[in-house]
Amino acid sequence: MLEIKNLHVKLEEEDKQILKGVNLTVEAGKVHAIMGPNGSGKSTLSYVLSGRDGYEVTEGEAELDGMDLLEAEPEERAAAGLFLAFQYPVEIPGVGNMTFLRTALNAQRKARGEEEISAGDFLKLVREKAKSLKIDADMLKRPVNVGFSGGEKKRNEILQMALLEPKMCILDETDSGLDVDAMRLVAEGVNALRDEKRSFLVITHYQRLLDHIKPDVVHIMADGRIIETGGPELALEVEKNGYADLLAKHGISEVMA
Amino acid sequence: MSAVEKMTPAEARLARVTLPEGFGPQRRAALERLTAMGLPGRRDEYWRWTNPTDFIAPEPVAAAPFVDDEPELFGEIDRLKIVFRDGVFDAEASDDLTMSGVEILRLAEAGDVNWASSLYGTLEANGQKPVVRPFAALNTASATDGVLIRVTGKAEKPVSLIYTHESEASDPILHHLVKLEEGAEITVLENGPAGARFNKLMEVDVAKGARFHHIRVQGRDHELRAVTGIFARVAEESLFKSFTLTSNGVLTRNECVIDIVGDDANAHVAGAALGDGKTGAFHHDDTIFITHDAERCESRQVFKKVLKNGAQGVFQGKILVKPGAQKTDGYQISQSLLLDEDSQFLAKPELEIYADDVQCSHGSTTGAIDETALFYLRSRGVPVEEATALLVLSFVADAIEEIEEERFRDAILTRLEGWLSRHRG
Ligand SMILES: Nc1ncnc2c1ncn2[C@@H]1O[C@H](COP(=O)(O)OP(=O)(O)OP(=O)(O)O)[C@@H](O)[C@H]1O
Ligand SMILES: [Mg+2]
Repeated sequence: MLEIKNLHVKLEEEDKQILKGVNLTVEAGKVHAIMGPNGSGKSTLSYVLSGRDGYEVTEGEAELDGMDLLEAEPEERAAAGLFLAFQYPVEIPGVGNMTFLRTALNAQRKARGEEEISAGDFLKLVREKAKSLKIDADMLKRPVNVGFSGGEKKRNEILQMALLEPKMCILDETDSGLDVDAMRLVAEGVNALRDEKRSFLVITHYQRLLDHIKPDVVHIMADGRIIETGGPELALEVEKNGYADLLAKHGISEVMA
Repeated sequence: MSAVEKMTPAEARLARVTLPEGFGPQRRAALERLTAMGLPGRRDEYWRWTNPTDFIAPEPVAAAPFVDDEPELFGEIDRLKIVFRDGVFDAEASDDLTMSGVEILRLAEAGDVNWASSLYGTLEANGQKPVVRPFAALNTASATDGVLIRVTGKAEKPVSLIYTHESEASDPILHHLVKLEEGAEITVLENGPAGARFNKLMEVDVAKGARFHHIRVQGRDHELRAVTGIFARVAEESLFKSFTLTSNGVLTRNECVIDIVGDDANAHVAGAALGDGKTGAFHHDDTIFITHDAERCESRQVFKKVLKNGAQGVFQGKILVKPGAQKTDGYQISQSLLLDEDSQFLAKPELEIYADDVQCSHGSTTGAIDETALFYLRSRGVPVEEATALLVLSFVADAIEEIEEERFRDAILTRLEGWLSRHRG
């Protein structure tokens, strides 16, 4: 599904290397988790994969089902089935959440040569998905993320994911800022979407989310690289012991992490 | 050389002023005012950023009429239509001018109606201090037509003034009066390019507890030049609301002068202007002056400009709080969204306060499209041009929110979306 090879990324504006050779393959139907110290490059990886400006790929490649991701526009990547749930969802005053959701859904359908969804069908679809995430009608009417609580913003990300039905979902700290119940809702939302054709890359700091969304593979990222890959037990180990030993093992000082 | 050739354009223009029939004393007084103040030049403080030359020239610059294929604005709204073609009243295209709770007359036919005589030119004359507004005086002196609307109750439906531009050299001058008696309410809609050059004035007298709503869509025509004025007097417990959407137009100057004279009144003016230099020059100027001369009144100015391809926007807005106007709440915001580096926004916010217990704030910003928001939309599959259009809508939303009724907001949004879809990239 997703294949990242030797990805090196620096900031466009500064001479600062952030990703220093990321190798990662996510197979169809699998859930991979990425953990790692603050500043290790997890969000950068998710942004580079989804096409945000400001980064320069100096080496390496990334493919989504054989499509060269790095050359494509962000909207093309989305239409190809890539989705990023943002660590910090963006507020867009003056644009209703419904308008936003419909515009996004129709844009993707159009890009894939499909018919636009009718207003009635759309309404039904949104209501159904929103209900399972306990997103009320008021949140749908309000401007995108404006005045939403932290947890509401994250649930809104999952709502978008549920509507757009991407095949490769990247979740960047979707669990941060969620209370216990919201975390369960979000996890249920994700689990409902799990199937053999859809993959997930879940970036998180906490084992707690992984109790709900059971990962197949866990990676540890530090200093712009994946330094360790293992099964769910790797997350448990990090939860218990922190990163110090792992970093030491790979000769990375905590400042660099 | 003949005497005419030696005249400056301003002198030539003044020499050409003729006073149509009706409202003779008011017109003569306006001409005297005009002669005393003269037509403006670039050295005048409030004309530094907007070149008045084209408004002054004895003849208008020829302008090709704009052909549009968009559905009629406010087409689905039940309204009383009054149509002016190049400034000339079109009886055939207009509705019957009768409606319960409202008296409607035409300036050209009114003679000297009592209520109109005491209003015509009065608010304009008041509004000449402390800043002169020569084109408004010119208008009062020489307006050839307009509508005189007196509202005694709640108007059954909006009055919709529709302008069309058909002749390349039309130079209409229209003057409207709206007088709302105590507790009355009306919505006045205006739309369309009215000529190659258009000078339009509206004097609005809002009595105690009355409510006035004004929604205007101007521009459309790429080559239009327009200088307009709204002069309002707002009495106690009343509401004055005016919103303008401007798209296209070589040169537009919209002045709005509001005197809040009664306690507990509200006055809100808002505008959204969209300019694309690619389809013709675009220069848009909002010049606002709101005077608080009563207690516990609220005023709001919300102006947004979206500029691209060398378009220019100007905002000059003032709040004057007179001595004794305690508990005034004055708010002013002017913002521009520059879609490229060639466009320019100039703003001059002013506050002058002579009362101690007031709350006034003003702010002005110039910015580009928010890259983070743009990426967020694109990451959801929205193509960059559509995403930009959504962010433009997001930017102007506050101004559109100033329109009270949803049906008018929707009509404005449709127009806005139409403009955005024609001006992508
Ligand atoms: N646009 C930028 N300008 C400057 N520095 C940047 C930029 N983007 C990323 N960085 C830097 O790159 C490094 C990696 O940041 P990134 O946000 O990818 O980390 P992260 O692993 O997601 O951290 P966290 O766990 O705190 O979310 C950090 O040192 C960060 O400061
Ligand atoms: Mg991060």
